[in-house]
Amino acid sequence: MTAELGLAALWLAAALAALQLIAGFLSVRNPTGELAMLVRPAAIVQGGLCAFAFVVLLYLFAVTDLSVKLVASNSHSMKPMIFKLAGAWGNHEGSMLLWITVMAMAGGLIALVERRLPEKTMMATLGAQAFVGLGFYAFLLLSSNPFERLPQPAPEGMGLNPLLQDIGLAFHPPTLYFGYVGLSVAFSFAVGALLTRQVTPDFARAMRPWVLGAWVFLTIGITAGSYWAYYELGWGGWWFWDPVENASLMPWLAATALLHSASVLAARDALRAWTIMLGVIAFSMSMVGTFLVRSGILTSVHAFAVDPERGSFILILLTLYIGGALALFAVRAGSVAEGERFSLTSREGALVFNNVMLCAILGVVLMGTLYPLLTEAFDVRVSVGPPYFNPVGAIFTFPMLAVMAVGPLLRWRRDTMARVRTPLIAVAAVIVVVLVLVLVLGGAGILPLLGLAFAAGLAIASFLPLRGRNLRRVPLAVWGMVIAHFGVAVALYGMASETAFTKERLAAVEVGGSTEVGPWTVKLAGVEPVAGPNWTAIEGHLQASYDGGKPIELGPQARTFWAPIQETTESVLATRWNGQLYAVIGNQAEDGRWQLRLWWKPWVTLIWYGGMLVALGGALALVGRVREDLKRRHVRARIAERRREAKA
Amino acid sequence: MRWWWIPLGLFALFVGLAGYQLSQPKDEFVHSAMIGKPLPSFALEPAFEGLPGASDADFRDGKPRLLNVWASWCLPCIAEAPHLEALRDQGVEIIGIAIRDRPEDVAGFLARHGNPYVRIGADDLSEVMLGIGSQGVPETFVIDGEGRITYQHMGDIRASDVPVLLEKLREAGA
Repeated sequence: MTAELGLAALWLAAALAALQLIAGFLSVRNPTGELAMLVRPAAIVQGGLCAFAFVVLLYLFAVTDLSVKLVASNSHSMKPMIFKLAGAWGNHEGSMLLWITVMAMAGGLIALVERRLPEKTMMATLGAQAFVGLGFYAFLLLSSNPFERLPQPAPEGMGLNPLLQDIGLAFHPPTLYFGYVGLSVAFSFAVGALLTRQVTPDFARAMRPWVLGAWVFLTIGITAGSYWAYYELGWGGWWFWDPVENASLMPWLAATALLHSASVLAARDALRAWTIMLGVIAFSMSMVGTFLVRSGILTSVHAFAVDPERGSFILILLTLYIGGALALFAVRAGSVAEGERFSLTSREGALVFNNVMLCAILGVVLMGTLYPLLTEAFDVRVSVGPPYFNPVGAIFTFPMLAVMAVGPLLRWRRDTMARVRTPLIAVAAVIVVVLVLVLVLGGAGILPLLGLAFAAGLAIASFLPLRGRNLRRVPLAVWGMVIAHFGVAVALYGMASETAFTKERLAAVEVGGSTEVGPWTVKLAGVEPVAGPNWTAIEGHLQASYDGGKPIELGPQARTFWAPIQETTESVLATRWNGQLYAVIGNQAEDGRWQLRLWWKPWVTLIWYGGMLVALGGALALVGRVREDLKRRHVRARIAERRREAKA
Repeated sequence: MRWWWIPLGLFALFVGLAGYQLSQPKDEFVHSAMIGKPLPSFALEPAFEGLPGASDADFRDGKPRLLNVWASWCLPCIAEAPHLEALRDQGVEIIGIAIRDRPEDVAGFLARHGNPYVRIGADDLSEVMLGIGSQGVPETFVIDGEGRITYQHMGDIRASDVPVLLEKLREAGA
């Protein structure tokens, strides 16, 4: 009965979306008519219904209702509660339900609070939102019903992929979804504004919190996903240019560009068409990514439930939404006036340059991801990896980093390089000093070398916008920018350092023996079998000492899960302030020695600390912007009140 | 033509490519380079006392046969045993190659799970197995009347594979 309630709520929500779509678009010309009165309530109730359906699914997983197909095939009565709940979205159907729930709730929130846009643009925006939503409802209800019953309840569930039984991973997909959905809201705003040709600073301000929020979630999702791949897969790498990673990176790149161009539009009423296009592209990238990963059209380490039929469904949705929006853009962009002019040496100029660079990097990643698809059409199988992505991406990344250091120092509209000469020379000097230092002290490959130098330069430059300002009066959004830019420098330093200075050792060690990697001496003190709730493992007892210091105990495991049977390696990490020791235990050789794989990765943790700083910067900017908007709304209300009083 | 048509054009290219790829049947298997090639020459000792050994000459009398690579220590081989018997009952001649096995184990396996074979050669060093492009046990090859490999089936034979193998044998001239 419970499952049927959830399904009924979903159908009702879908019906409301249809109502919202029709009433929304019909009300664009008559935004005060009776039909228009329906649009906002439809969006709000729809959000509530979806939330209810999702709670029902969570409940079914919590009580392990094995008469529901999804629960039976993805859960297990013996699993810890947190993973039972996570199982609700750790599969195709549940994750689609989560997606649509977040989307409907976002729609409800806009309908509830967004009042600054002209009402007809709001009608078009909510109509567009319902249009996107309807496709996903159709997908969910017609081809991926999460509440489907089994003819006979299963005796026991089929478990969750043990690789996914990890707390970090339980929250990784939802984080990315919040990001994708935020971009869908930006998409709806862009389509709404195109339909009514009202591309104004107010539009940018209405869209910006959603883009910022999406961007923060995407940043967290990518950072967490990278760390998960790093310690869980046991390969010692933190980015593999796997299609599924690219699928999350591409929307992030587009969202980063959109974020900055929306700021230009909000502050200066410039870049109208460009911002609209990025609004469409950013969401397109999330859908293209979803399509590539879910259709099984590209081979990836991430085994999603791959299904060509679902792939065709997503492709049809994609064609409808993205194709439609881009066609609308192509027809309408000419009639959206270009907006204010600015000179090349200006804040806008720098932002435009970096927008172009970000789009170029996006193009590079997209090309690399799609290239195997292209060659497969000619029966040639290739895989595109770091030898392409790293250098080609770097061609655009380093100029972007340079402009990123300068841009925030420039004034809006028109400026001269002479005015910012002193700080620029200081930053350039830091870059040169680091370059020379690294070259003298041992050297590194060209990309890591440039990476270290630019990271140092950018780290300094990111704080320069605070120069000469009263720190207590600096707006929160500026602090956000400073911290996010500093975070980029920190992450870049971690990446470059890891690439340049990692030491690796693969050794066969007998019990009692030891081996060395970088400054570490690692002794294999013993090997013991251990058991967990649903796995057994071989655990190595390692005593690792840094530079002859006090040894640290480490216990890497080779685990065997038995529900279902699957083997995984549980790597261990010894984290120091200046890097991580990464240890994996492998099989026993015939002579009784154990395979140990060890890495010393100097400063590697900075990659993820940097990512978190970037997200923190975004969050601060979001809070700052929302507060500003609230203040502005208050001021507007006061002005309107005074006008009324003056009239009376 | 203004720049704002470019995204739409690129997107159309993407949809075309993706649609084309989706419509193509996805082929996950790596096909053996040995298909169409003649068997390498070999002559294997009997794997146990009950049946003669096997050589490539046994496959060159004009009648298509199955060549089954198996072992008594292989669990999927137990699963495919009844289906091999079903094939034999349809008149298919099956020559076995036992990989790294012991005569008493071979005899024990056949006593327990049935004997569909007319000959079984003992491939103690997996030489023939590697020579015909087999990567594991069990695998089954269709060999035409002139000793050429025409089809390779990887893994155990399931009930649904029996008609496929019969069809492949027919294509090979049975």
